Amino acid sequence: MKKSLYFLVSIFFICFCPLSSFAKQIVIKGSTTVLPIAQSVAEAYMKENPNISISISGGGSGNGIKAILDGSTDIANASRFIKAKEIKLAMGKGVYPVPFAVAYDCIIPVVHPTNSVQNLTLNQLKDIYKGKITNWKEVGGANKKIVVVSRDTASGTYEVWAKKVMQKERIHPRTTVLASNGSIVQLISKNKNAIGYVGIGYLNKSLKPLKVNNIKGSLETTLDGTFPISRPLFMFTNGWPKGETKKFITYILRPDKGQKVVKKEGFVPLY
Amino acid sequence: MKREKKEKIIKNTFLIITFTSILLLAGIMLFLFSEGLPVFKSVTLKEFLFGHFWYPTDEPPDFGIFPLIVASLSVTLLSSLIAVPLAIMMAIYLSEIASPKMCEIVKPIIELIASLPSVVIGFFGMIVVAPFLQDYFGVVLGLNLFNVSLMLAFMSIPTICTISEDALHSVPVALREASFALGATKLETIIKVVIPASISGITTAIILGMSRAIGETMVALMVAGGAAMIPLSIFDPVRPMPASIAAEMAEAPFRGEHYSALFAIGLVLFLFVLVFNFIVDFIAHKYQEIGDSTL
Repeated sequence: MKKSLYFLVSIFFICFCPLSSFAKQIVIKGSTTVLPIAQSVAEAYMKENPNISISISGGGSGNGIKAILDGSTDIANASRFIKAKEIKLAMGKGVYPVPFAVAYDCIIPVVHPTNSVQNLTLNQLKDIYKGKITNWKEVGGANKKIVVVSRDTASGTYEVWAKKVMQKERIHPRTTVLASNGSIVQLISKNKNAIGYVGIGYLNKSLKPLKVNNIKGSLETTLDGTFPISRPLFMFTNGWPKGETKKFITYILRPDKGQKVVKKEGFVPLY
Repeated sequence: MKREKKEKIIKNTFLIITFTSILLLAGIMLFLFSEGLPVFKSVTLKEFLFGHFWYPTDEPPDFGIFPLIVASLSVTLLSSLIAVPLAIMMAIYLSEIASPKMCEIVKPIIELIASLPSVVIGFFGMIVVAPFLQDYFGVVLGLNLFNVSLMLAFMSIPTICTISEDALHSVPVALREASFALGATKLETIIKVVIPASISGITTAIILGMSRAIGETMVALMVAGGAAMIPLSIFDPVRPMPASIAAEMAEAPFRGEHYSALFAIGLVLFLFVLVFNFIVDFIAHKYQEIGDSTL
């Protein structure tokens, strides 16, 4: 009896402690693209401010913005800007989402390292994904069928690809569709005839990045705007941020703090 | 008096628990309908079920799930074609032929396969089977209908095998002995007596294995290749319904058309599994053996 009483008391404390002594909590939800940035910036931030706990989860840009709308998060990560439909929903609920660009992402077409093609124009990329070009020899490569790999139509990465490369044309239904950057890396590194696209943070030795319009995708070409397939990544707050949320957003934007982490994670920092 | 009271309390408690779980299930169904049906404001049922294009994020979007339905059905069919003969032969071996010692070794292994998390099987298909198909069979892309069916067959074999083995096992010894006494060989006894006597159990096993294949999400997401088109060969990539829901739900705008379209796919999937269950029920009743061999 006594034992169970102790047990109950300790459970009680575990449940209510966060409310009293660790009151300063920040919740972050949203895009899986922004997740690695948020995670490592939060780790650095918590090391400097041990009395703050930050809980981070993924779930996608749509879910993040949904969480801002229903008030279940302080910060929503998004790899795209808020959509008109979502703004309408927000206005209906009296929520005013404020965007902060926290980093740039650069999406790079990749092939197997043995592929001899070096450069593709935006139009060639579009024709490949449209299904008009189906053989590597049409773009100066070997006489092999192209295996076209894309991301899910719902992912933020796809959205950027659709906007910057496809320009409102549709990706051919025969295109293989994978659910994450990681699985694209996996497939391309194992398939000699495949082409895909990943965020710059996912480039590694098992992939060969292609130039687009003769421009190499890099930190420099993303920031000066010459690389055609890049996008800003956002954090949304409900109204202008206050208190701990404001401190965190300021931290992530500082060139000597958060932006350093952004670069380390393989994304393109703002400055 | 006290005992009667106790009895009553226990009875009512169980009643309440049963109704709570039924109520919860009904709630989930209601939710599925209320979130899924709004999609029919923007597309007709015919366009939704038989449309050939799935471009949910375009402006204007296309919500045709026919390629997804075909993908789910073809994956289920192909995986059962692979799994059913193997699993039933395994079950026959274990129940009729193998020595008890052999059973003690083999059965735990089968149960081990059943307990493998689906993500591990998906990973195996992606890392090992896909490159293997590309390198040794000259397939352009390793993530395809064949690969995913193979992985799903691997997952449903333990289910089918264990349940059919139980069914075979419960055939009374008297039947077998009668068959032997009439001069039948072991093979004849198995084919003409034991299998017909346990056919309803075996069918239940097959359909349960198929439900597992049609509802499996993780493997389909990782290994199927994800192209929303009607496959022309077994080496084409496909996009089964659960994979589509899992991949897109996270990014679909809340309560938008895409969101309810995904719920509507969930509804279709639910109906498929429901039909499977009805078939099980029907067969179990129709082929029920009467008398000594009742299963």
